[in-house]
Amino acid sequence: MSSRPVPIGAIKAAVFVLALGPLARLLLLGTTGEFGGLGANPVEFVTRSTGTWTLVFLCITLAITPARRLTGWNWLQRLRRMLGLFAFFYGALHFTTYFWLDQWFDLAAIGKDIVKRPFITMGFAAFVMMIPLAVTSTDAMVRRLGRRWGKLHRLVYAVAVAAILHYWWHKAGKNDFSQVGWYAAVVIGLLGWRLVDRWRKRVVTRVTA
Amino acid sequence: MLIRIPPRHLPEPSEITPRAVWSQRRRIVQAAAAGIALPAPGWLSAQTTRPDTRPESKLAGKVSPLSTLGANDKPTPYKDVTTYNNYYEFGLNKEEPAVAARALKTRPWTVTVEGEVDKPRVFDLDELLKLAPMEERVYRMRCVEGWSMVVPWVGYSMSELIRRVQPNGNAKYVEFVTLNDSKQMPGLRSSVLNWPYVEGLRIDEANHPLTLLSFGLYGELLPNQNGAPVRMVVPWKYGFKSGKSIVKIRFVEKQPMTAWNRAAPQEYGFYSNVNPEVDHPRWSQATERRIGEDGFLARKRATLMFNGYADQVAGLYAGMDLKRSF
Repeated sequence: MSSRPVPIGAIKAAVFVLALGPLARLLLLGTTGEFGGLGANPVEFVTRSTGTWTLVFLCITLAITPARRLTGWNWLQRLRRMLGLFAFFYGALHFTTYFWLDQWFDLAAIGKDIVKRPFITMGFAAFVMMIPLAVTSTDAMVRRLGRRWGKLHRLVYAVAVAAILHYWWHKAGKNDFSQVGWYAAVVIGLLGWRLVDRWRKRVVTRVTA
Repeated sequence: MLIRIPPRHLPEPSEITPRAVWSQRRRIVQAAAAGIALPAPGWLSAQTTRPDTRPESKLAGKVSPLSTLGANDKPTPYKDVTTYNNYYEFGLNKEEPAVAARALKTRPWTVTVEGEVDKPRVFDLDELLKLAPMEERVYRMRCVEGWSMVVPWVGYSMSELIRRVQPNGNAKYVEFVTLNDSKQMPGLRSSVLNWPYVEGLRIDEANHPLTLLSFGLYGELLPNQNGAPVRMVVPWKYGFKSGKSIVKIRFVEKQPMTAWNRAAPQEYGFYSNVNPEVDHPRWSQATERRIGEDGFLARKRATLMFNGYADQVAGLYAGMDLKRSF
């Protein structure tokens, strides 16, 4: 391969613009009404769209490490923080849609939902667990936390599992697992790769020891 | 991105009934029911029929006194009624049936009526269309998913048909079976439900005057995605109880095993009466979003017991524990 440095600044800018695409689409559909607009039930449309993109960005973020190791493209690592923050961004929009447009700040109803309904409990848990990850994403925080930073950010695995359960249980009563099944497979694959990787490393160290 | 080209027959915004006209409607209907002579309200029928409809698909009905709407109820725009549909035989997404059901052949069509009746019969659709005078019934429609619409249906009471086939003493329940034709219905490939789609009512529910056998909406024959050519409308129950594209009606002695009850008995009971006090396991049923109205601009509205038809139907369930028989 060439020794030319990867234009990481340009790649980052491009990824940033692309990652705003789903939001731009919602704004465009909502304001122009073109292409059927947001449909007959705009709140449902926005809820589902932001939820889906949260999960997509979570999966992309989790795919960075395996992809970097498989390809040897170490610069991929430098996109990870931004992608993770976009997962949080769409998650926050998803939560806000529920909190505002769906429930209209009815705290009693929201509290009841979170306690009584496992699928909402899981979604809420996933969102809450993302907050410390977003807050500690700055360079200063990485330095300050040192080794503990890595430990804390393992929470992303729990976020991914909670997000899948949230989506899965949402679909459970309708027996419609076609889409959530694919996402679950991707998340299982990405987490499974890490387990296998860890196990192999352990075996290798034992053999060489 | 999915580029959706709207079909040509969609109405212009100008064709949708203005709220002011509709809020008058109830008063006029009540006045008519009370026998007060009114000048022929020409706009009344005109506003629930679409002027650009092809003549062969028109289906007019006399405004029924059973169309009782609240002050906050106005008909949901035709476009929403016909593009936001749960009809799993044509796909799991609500936008799919409007496209996938276009090719459904609704003629010739027969409805077989059998079981515990003295006069079992196979009705041709044309016979059914002439069986009783068509009425326009504007009903609220509450989906179990937490949204609702107001639909001007055209049809007649189910009891008109029941009385002609003469159920015998064993007929305790009525079962409604939807078309099950995998050549025409791509959604049947999915195993979400056990096909065919079966719904059922207790015989007294089926005989209740509100229970409608519907052939049309907005003054025209039913669009395919809304359950053409003939469907049930049971306005005090969640929408899924109102079976679409019916090919068979069976009178039976035992409570039928219905499609959703079989798929998830803890979530969908046989009765499935609209009840704000009995939550669905995964969401509250206390409120609902009226399609076309509630959402970005307004909060959801309170769901009414029996979808607001308690005065007419609560008696059917006297002495029953509605939390248990949900």
